[in-house]
Order: sequence, then C-alpha cells, then structure tokens
Amino acid sequence: MSAVTSTAPKPMLSPAMMATVKVLGVFGAIALAIVLLVQSGAMPKGSIGHKVLAAPFIDMWDLPDLLVQTLWEGLVAGVLYALIALGFVLIFKASGVFNFAQGIMVVFSALTLVGSYEIMTQRMGLPTGVAVAILALIVAVATMFVLAWLVERIVLRPLVNQNEIIMLMATVGLTYFLIGFGEYVFGGNPKVMITAELGLPTGNTQFNILGGRVNIQHLDVAAAVIASVMIAGLAFFFQYTRIGRALRAVADSHKAALSVGISLNQIWVIVWFTAGIVALVTGIMWGARSDVSFALEIIALKALPVLILGGFTSVPGAIVGGLIIGIGEKMGEGYWGPLLGGGIETWLAYVIALGFLLFRPQGLFGEKIIERI
Amino acid sequence: MLHVSPQSTSAAIAKGEVLLNVENVSLRFGGVKAISDVSFDIRKGEVRAIIGPNGAGKTSMLNCINGFYFPQEGHITYKGVRRQKVRPHEAASSGIARTFQNVALFKGMSTLDNIMTGRLLKMKRGFLWQCLHWGPAQAEEIAHRETVERVIDFLEIQAIRKTPVGRLPYGLQKRVELGRALAAEPELLLLDEPMAGMNLEEKEDMCRFILDVNQQFGTTIALIEHDMGVVMDLSDRVVVLEYGRKIADGTPDVVKADQKVIDAYLGVAH
Amino acid sequence: MFYRETGQFKTNYADDMAIFPIRQDRIGLALILAFAFLVVPFVTSDFTLKTIMLPFLALSVAVIGLNILTGYTGLISLGSAGFMGVGAYACYKLTTIFPEVNILIWIFVSGFFAAAVGVFFGLPSLRIKGLYLAVATLAAQFFLQWAFVRIPWLFNYNPSGAIEVPLRTLFGVPITGPTASLEVKYLICLCFVVGMTWLASNLVHGRIGRSWMAVRDMDIAAELMGIKLLNAKLMAFAVSSFYCGVSGALFVFLYLGGAEAGTEFAIRLSFLILFAVIIGGAGSMIGSFLGAGFIVALPTILKFGLPAIGIAITGATAEKIVLMIIGALTIYLLIVEPHGLARIWQIMKQKLRVWPFPY
Repeated sequence: MSAVTSTAPKPMLSPAMMATVKVLGVFGAIALAIVLLVQSGAMPKGSIGHKVLAAPFIDMWDLPDLLVQTLWEGLVAGVLYALIALGFVLIFKASGVFNFAQGIMVVFSALTLVGSYEIMTQRMGLPTGVAVAILALIVAVATMFVLAWLVERIVLRPLVNQNEIIMLMATVGLTYFLIGFGEYVFGGNPKVMITAELGLPTGNTQFNILGGRVNIQHLDVAAAVIASVMIAGLAFFFQYTRIGRALRAVADSHKAALSVGISLNQIWVIVWFTAGIVALVTGIMWGARSDVSFALEIIALKALPVLILGGFTSVPGAIVGGLIIGIGEKMGEGYWGPLLGGGIETWLAYVIALGFLLFRPQGLFGEKIIERI
Repeated sequence: MLHVSPQSTSAAIAKGEVLLNVENVSLRFGGVKAISDVSFDIRKGEVRAIIGPNGAGKTSMLNCINGFYFPQEGHITYKGVRRQKVRPHEAASSGIARTFQNVALFKGMSTLDNIMTGRLLKMKRGFLWQCLHWGPAQAEEIAHRETVERVIDFLEIQAIRKTPVGRLPYGLQKRVELGRALAAEPELLLLDEPMAGMNLEEKEDMCRFILDVNQQFGTTIALIEHDMGVVMDLSDRVVVLEYGRKIADGTPDVVKADQKVIDAYLGVAH
Repeated sequence: MFYRETGQFKTNYADDMAIFPIRQDRIGLALILAFAFLVVPFVTSDFTLKTIMLPFLALSVAVIGLNILTGYTGLISLGSAGFMGVGAYACYKLTTIFPEVNILIWIFVSGFFAAAVGVFFGLPSLRIKGLYLAVATLAAQFFLQWAFVRIPWLFNYNPSGAIEVPLRTLFGVPITGPTASLEVKYLICLCFVVGMTWLASNLVHGRIGRSWMAVRDMDIAAELMGIKLLNAKLMAFAVSSFYCGVSGALFVFLYLGGAEAGTEFAIRLSFLILFAVIIGGAGSMIGSFLGAGFIVALPTILKFGLPAIGIAITGATAEKIVLMIIGALTIYLLIVEPHGLARIWQIMKQKLRVWPFPY
C-alpha cells in the first residue's frame, strides 16, 4: 500500500520516553492538585476524598521505613511477574503463540523438582543433600525438555498457521492437562521448596534506616540477582548466537525463515525449552517464598496484566510491566486496600492493566497500530 | 431490476453533477506521507478510475473516502455536504459501499448471509422483535431476502447460495463481495482492484457486471485497477496517482497520452 | 434412508429460512422435547437428576451465553463465572428484599443485572481485541469474585459468608429451597432452558446475529458495511452476560441450593464454560448443549461409572483425570475439528442423508 520511502525526522526522545514524561507530568499535576486541596481545607481530614487521595501519601511520608519495605516487596514480586512474562514473550516472539500455559509451567516445573527430590530421598533411599537436589534439578530440566518436545510434536506442529485465538485455546487446554497431570503424579498437597538444598540463601537481614527497620530476605536478593543474570544471558543469546539470529528471523516471518533453511520445528523446541527453563527458575524462586502447589495458578495468571502493559513482544516491556504491576499491587494493597476491606491484590493488577490499555491499546512499548485493509 | 429505495436517492444531485469532491487531501502515517494534496471529483453516474503504480496511495484514498482513515488536511464533500471526519458506518449509511483489495468476506458465513449483511443498514426491527423472530421481524427478513435474491440472480451465483464463502474459489469470492456491496443499494460504489488475480473469462464477467451496475442502476463507481485495458475500456475519466500525488486527470485518451503517466509506468531515462 | 429431504420443496422464503428446514429434524426436536418434559422426570433416578440433569441444564444456559460472545461474535471472555455470580447474588438479594414476588420472575430479572455488569466490563472491547480483551475480562472475574467475598451486604451479612436459598413456591408447590422436589426443579430449569434457547436461536439467525458474525469474521469490513462495532459488541456482551446471569441464578437456586462466597463462581468454572464452548462447537446452538453435557457428564461418569464396572478409582483421582481429559480433548478437537462436537454431529447427519450410499 503506502510504501512511501521518506524517513521521518528523528524525534528528540523515543516514543516510550515521551510517554513516560507525559505520565510523570500528569502525576505531578495530580499531586499538586491534591496538596492544594488539602491545604485549602476543601478536603477535611476524615472525608472520603482525604482518605483516598491524601491519607495514604501522608502515611508514606510519616513512616518511610514501611514505604521502603512495601516498595521492596513490590519490587521482588514484580521481578517474579516479569520472569513469567518473559517466558510468554519468548514464545510469542518466536512462534506467535500466546502461551497461556506459561504460568502453569512455572508451577509444574517447580513441582517436578520438589516431587522428584521427594521420591528420590524418601522412596529410593538416597541421602538428602546438595547432590540429590542437583540430580532432581537435572530431572526437572529434562522434564521441561521433554515437555517442550512433546508440545512441539503434538500441539504446535498440527496447528501451525492457525489463527492466534485457536492457538490460545490450545494452550489453555494444555494448562488444564498439566494441572491434572501434575496433581495426578505428585499429589495435590502443597510442597516445600528445597531451598537450602539447592544452595540458595535463606536468612534475612534487617537494616535500620529512616528511623525504622527494613527486613530484607536474602532469598529475595538472590532472586533479583539471578533474574537479572538470566535476562542478560538471554539477551546475549538472542543477539549474538546463531540460534538467536535464527530465532529472530522466525519471529519476523515464518515463511521467509523456512525459505533460508531454518528449521521451524527445531526453533520451537528450543524456544519452549528456554521458556521451560525460565519457568523452572521462576518456580524455584516463587516456591521458596510460599509453598509449591497449583494454588499458585492464580498468581501465575497475574503475568497476563504484565504482558498487557509491556506488550507481547517486548522483553524490556515485560520487565518494566512486571515492576509496575508488582509495586502498584503492593502499594495499592498496603495503602488503599484497607479502605475497601482488603484483599484487593486479587484484582488490582488487572484493573491497573485495563486502565493503561484504555489509553495505550498497544501497550507501553508497542508501536501504534495502523489498521489496513 | 434493483429498485432504489427512497432514502438512498437524493434528487438534489442529477446525473453528471459532482457527487463527491476531494479537495487538497493529505494523509500521513507518522512521518510517512501516503497522500499529499490530492484533489479530484467524482460525478454522478460515471465510472471513475483511480490508477497508479503500487504504493501510490490509491487504497488509502478509498479508505479516506469511506471514513476508515481520517485525512490530516483537506476536505471531502459528498452530496454537497463537506465533512472533516466521517465514521465508516456513517459513510455506509449515506450510500457508499465498497469491495476490498484482499477479499474481505465474512468467511464463516454462507454466500446468502454475506449478501444479507449488505442489507443490515436497511433493517430496522428492534431487539425484541429479533428475539421473537416473528411477525414484523420475519416479514422484514423476507422482504430483504427478496432483494438479496435479485442480487444473486444478477450476479449469477444462485448455485452457491448456501455455501460457506471460505470454500469458494477466489473469482467467485470477489463476485460475492460485489454482491454484498450491491445489496446495500449504494449510490457510490468503491471497487478496489475487482479483477486482481482473475483469469480472462472471470475478468470479462466482472467487467460486464460493473458496466451493468453502472448503466442499469445508475450507480456511480470509483474503481482501482491495474489492468490498463480494463481501465481504459470501462472508465469515463481517470485520475493517476504516483507517490501520493496526483499526476494526471482526465479521459482515458488524455491520460494515455500524458508524458508524466508514461514516465510513471515505464520509468524515466536519467 | 429415513433421513432424506427429497420431496420437501420450499415454495416461500419463510420456509427456506426456517431454523430447522428439514421435516425430520423438526420431528426429532419435538420427540426430544416430549421426552425431556414427559418421560425424564418420571423415570430418571433422583441421583441422575441431581448430579447430571440439573447442572447440565443450568450450565447449558451459560454455555449458550458464552457461545454468543465467543462463538458468534469472536470475543473471548474468561469472566463467565463472575457474571453467573452476579445473577445468583442479584436473585438472592431481590428475593430477600421482595419475597412476595415470584422467584421465577427474579431469576429472569437477575439476568438484567448481570447484563449491566457485563456491558460495563465489555466497554474496553471497543479499543482492545483478541488476547488483550481476554485478559481484560479476567479483571471482571477477579473483581467480581472479590466482591462476592468482601461485600457482606450481598450475602445478607450471613456469618458463614454463604447464601442459603430460601423456600419459594409457585401455586403452593415449593420450587426452591430444601423441600422442593427434584422433579419440579428439573421441569422449571427445563422451561428456562427451552425458552432461552429459542430466543437465542432467533437472535443469532436474524439481523443481530448476522452483524455479530460479521464482526467476528472481519471487524474492519463489518465496520465499513455500516455496522457500529461498539453497539454490536456491547450487545453481545449484554446478551451473553444476561444468559450467564440467569444460568447463575438457576445454578444456585435450583441446583446447588446454596453457595459459598467466592468458591462456586471461581475462575475454574469460567474455564470449564469456555471448554464447553470449544468442545461443543463455537458458533453452534446444538454445540452448546453437547459441550455442557460433556463437561457435566464426564466427571460423574468417571467418578461413579468406572467403579460400577469394576475399575477402582477415588473421587480425587477422578477429578485429576477429568482435568487431563478435558485439556487433552480440547487440544485434540482444535487440531482435528475446530468446530467441535457440533460439526461431528453435522457430518453424521450428512452421512445419514445419503445412507446407504457413500455420497
């Protein structure tokens, strides 16, 4: 259609930065308005307006240590959301499949790890300890590979070139299959993650800052570090290796990639396997913070609003989206939740994402959609 | 054959007068200029061709006319009403129908249902009657079915009436698409490459239908087509676009002789 | 041989456009209805009525609802259970505030509350589509689920957080509550199902249904044909949620007899309804029933049918196997027959038409 080859003058700021500046401006204006309202006495203490718009911020100011603690918890939750979302993005980029099962793969992989460790130590009589834990880790990795291979063989290959909704439905089916299978093999009881056996730190440190104490779990620090290392590793892998280049080619166009001799099937197995490894790492981190069971399913679904925010194809989007959702959710629950009777964590993430969507349907980092016919 | 319903005829515009006037329209996507400063008019009752090399902005032009894109500059006057921003459904209800470059049929529905969608705007019975599907709603449905059957007869597609359109060959799909547009009894019919990908026979059929529509029903037609033979035979006047600009406008003979047009199609020696 | 349309000529458009144009189909439908109304309640055991027929009928209304949204209009919703909950809680509130009005009216009216909530959560559908919209409907699901737990007004401040269905009568016969007989509940459910199926089937075959399908198949072309996308989509959301709401009210008032806050209308039920649509056949009324029947019957068959033929299976194991079968079957059907059981049914009918010849 309109393939006019004129290049636009490069704007000073990238669109994403422009958007950030705009958002910050709006927030600043709102903050100023609130301060003015409170100062002018239009919003007396105890009124609904004061409770919603002013009191939470006054609390933040008065108890900075609590604020730091909340922010830190939000950050850690955000990193974990980002990791799940990263698995989605990997698969979506390479195969155009919106892998609804990614969240369940997190639980499934963690369950495989813990379950096989349990079987090895309790039924086969192997000694507990690091060696067996690593053996269990190998089993879990192998399982994720088999899963990737089977998914490619059984689900993806026959459905190639179907539209995205059908692919989505297929992965929803996969989700249910994995839940049933996982519970069937390992039982439905919550399990405890083998954190110490895997050599992960377990203690916590308390900092005295800002006139209060901030409690930081070592595990959370480890999670943040491991997540960063893994994201950097993946970025390197995609940017500089042969497979990474093939993968980006597949993401752009299946047909063109096929025509230059890239094997789609091989790429898909690799991508699903990589997503499986990401899921395993996420599962370990998450399982260490709570128990491992399919109750995590609900939390795994929270990666979806993260994706909405970040866009389905953007790795930085997944990270930023994860942090926004994680921090937004913890702040919302901590400071505004009590006004609504608590428990708003279950839906706040979705509402935040929905709010963003209404203003930027293409997500934070997506390009503006031009519809053609 | 097709009766023209009262709301789509406006006696104000007689044959030969300007039905649609495009004035200095420009359209940009971000930094890319798809159309720059194009003006032309379409007169009532004529077959107007829009031609040009690939990427000249022809389809974008049609998209502007029926409200799918909003031009940043310029105006489009339709039936004497100048409009800055028109919504697609407003354009449709004011009597503009179109077909698409890549067949845009409703793949899950039968030929009959596809053509019936062309009558949607003319069906008025409300939600409750629709629920009951009885009395006035059924009578309305049958009345429109009769009109649709006339379109089906006209296009000679009786045999595929109940076939899901996804299973039809390409040439027939294009014909069904024309049928869907005709069922709306449009005053202005926009055809985007109606003959792309057809063999000679199918092209001849399609030409015949287009001419019949134009002559029997008096429908004004704007046509994008790459087959120059077809364009020169069918159209009364031709506008030529290149890189989003108008480079020529006039009768087929004038355009054919225009040096800029020849350059655009054959290239210029540098 | 018996299923032939030979000799049945249609001489006017009304006959040609009938929903069941073939005479044998009409006879078959009449037989099924007569069987369901006159035979089933008197010969079926209480166990079958309670564990299969009632949930099947109640859920099939929701499956029709989701089918209208997903199968006919192409919008995925993962919030059906939430909308069902709205219907159930609306019905509960209405009948406790106005106990003198007949419960059947409230069951119907509660659908309008669900429709209003559905339209509200459907508003984003104009700007976002496909996968994004699916995620947006999760917001509805989780928000509503939260509201059912956290707003005590909804369950009349009952300390257990559950709603208990009160006794309500029709012409002196108890129809809801613990003393109502299963047969009566079944017949009432059946009336709702038949009536609402008839309405839905009229809708999807007329102007509105056609504009829904146009939006599903190619929304841009539909818009250029003059269909107002927002109207069409919101109407689909409204009708779909209405059906879900009525289904929820039937589910709680006639099948469960009570509901615990937030557990009945959880995300898993939303997924089950979605699976029923896919397995049964998206965009097919018959498919809605096949799908609903499948997801209701499968667990019961596994839990009670297998032990009956000597295969020992515990209830918990059966539940896990149900998940696996439903998941695997969904994938399988998407691969071999994306139009679900309904399409297989159609192919069978086609074969029957020409039987004993292959074609």
